Amino acid sequence: MTIAVSILPEQQLTVLNAAYRKAVARKRLRLLLGTVLFIAALLVAAVGAEVNLRTFFTHFGNFVSYFDRILTLDTGQRVWTDLGEWFWGWRKWLKLLAETLLVSYVGTLIGAILAFGLNFFAAANTAPARWLLFVVRRLLEFARTVPSIVFALIFVIAFGLGPMAGVLAIAIHSTGALGKLFSEIVENADMRPVEGVRSTGASWLSCMRFAVLPQVIAGYASYALLRFEINVREASVMGFVGAGGIGQELIVAIRKFYYSDVSAILLTIIVTVFLIDIGTGWLRGRLFGSEART
Amino acid sequence: MSRHPEVDTVQLRARHPNVFNRPASARLATPAMLAAALALLVFGLVDLDFSPSRFVAGVNQLGWITMMMIPPDPGSSLPLYLKALGETLSIALLGTTLAALFALPVSLLAARNIVPSGFFRFPVRRFLDSIRGVDTLIWALVWINVVGLGPFAGVLAIAVSDFGAFGKLFSEAIEAADQKEVEGIRASGGSALHEIRFGLMPQVLPVIAGQVLYYIESNTRSATIIGIVGAGGIGLQLAEQIRVLEWQKVSFLILMILIAVAAIDFISGKLRFAIIGRRPVV
Repeated sequence: MTIAVSILPEQQLTVLNAAYRKAVARKRLRLLLGTVLFIAALLVAAVGAEVNLRTFFTHFGNFVSYFDRILTLDTGQRVWTDLGEWFWGWRKWLKLLAETLLVSYVGTLIGAILAFGLNFFAAANTAPARWLLFVVRRLLEFARTVPSIVFALIFVIAFGLGPMAGVLAIAIHSTGALGKLFSEIVENADMRPVEGVRSTGASWLSCMRFAVLPQVIAGYASYALLRFEINVREASVMGFVGAGGIGQELIVAIRKFYYSDVSAILLTIIVTVFLIDIGTGWLRGRLFGSEART
Repeated sequence: MSRHPEVDTVQLRARHPNVFNRPASARLATPAMLAAALALLVFGLVDLDFSPSRFVAGVNQLGWITMMMIPPDPGSSLPLYLKALGETLSIALLGTTLAALFALPVSLLAARNIVPSGFFRFPVRRFLDSIRGVDTLIWALVWINVVGLGPFAGVLAIAVSDFGAFGKLFSEAIEAADQKEVEGIRASGGSALHEIRFGLMPQVLPVIAGQVLYYIESNTRSATIIGIVGAGGIGLQLAEQIRVLEWQKVSFLILMILIAVAAIDFISGKLRFAIIGRRPVV
């Protein structure tokens, strides 16, 4: 049997090998340089963030035992041995949880309506004027970059303590986020129907209503549902700054070391978020078919 | 005058019965859903104590606050704020990196093509889900109890909550990877570890790098807020200045955050482009 692999002459081979080695070495050097830079950035960041490994390791036991403590009742038993005692405040908590859901629902809907009103001005292909496009885009950018809890902090002072501040904070943040997503859908829409409608002499408003809206409305609803999911999470911490919902109860429990309450409230939040995720996922699938699921 | 061609509506109706005679349930479904959504909205507004007078008073107050914010002015605390901003960026960078390091091995366990048995995969997935179900702010509160007030608690909070998110995203990236390369390694006699290292990782790492960069971006935003509960960074300053109603400082801090986030967006966008090209991340 002969070996079919042809061997290149020595001279040619050395040249090729050298070129290969050079190429690999350059790639490795770049990778090494990138890694060194990244590690340097991490070290600088570690100094900046006052990372202290000694406190971390001496107190890490605390982190593990924290979960042990929140799963223990005042009587010293495990929480699940006495559900009545564990969820003693379930009436109050469920009421607050319902308030949380309502805050996120109302906030999302107001946000979606505002975003709906603004998004045609923020899409390059439908904006009636360039300056309007610029202004609306900056406005939306501002609304989405400032975190909703910062809005909540300010609104609590302006509108007083309570869920109203939370709703408005979530609404404004959602307007920013949804406005951007909505306008992106509009930019991807087919413009031929718009031309068709415009050629019949229709106004800008009719063009939007009869040519753009039918193409984009399903996408809007899908994004709004997704936003609702996110907002449920956000609304659960609005209470930290006094803007309504279950967060109020949670921060009190954590700060005052009511251990078993912490686990009970956390568990209700996790289960709710989980159910909402499944529910909206199901609804999106029902409404828009499986391709609209992200 | 041109005339439209005669349309035989009777025949059309006969041919497409479900276009012309939609059952009442189909015609009423959309209006009914809209009405229910609106009814819930109105109920919510009433239940959450919305009243026009309160709203108008609040907007007035808000307008007054906005007037007080202009012009933004840091007073004499600019160095302090710059340090706080540095702290925030450090928290975002370190937290995200830590999360990615720990999430990578766990995400392998949650991926269908690595662990085919649902019996083992299911608990890992639920574990990641429950970590994601808890907001970063809550994790920050827990870590403050453990390592004390300060930015370190913020790093750990971001690390834990992103660990859940990364675990899910990475495992999806791994499941989307091409199996042919893995099979090639197996065919040439590689072990399971070789399959992962030489078959999967080269495909998955660029995707993961893109996701990590994207999260560093979004964590700059999260890192600004965990200060509100005492976990360091610029959020701490912001919350304090809001509480003492120093509106000029507040607007200055918000401006700083906006500029920092825009800068990070720009840089990580460029890096992402260099690593994975123009591809959507999430």
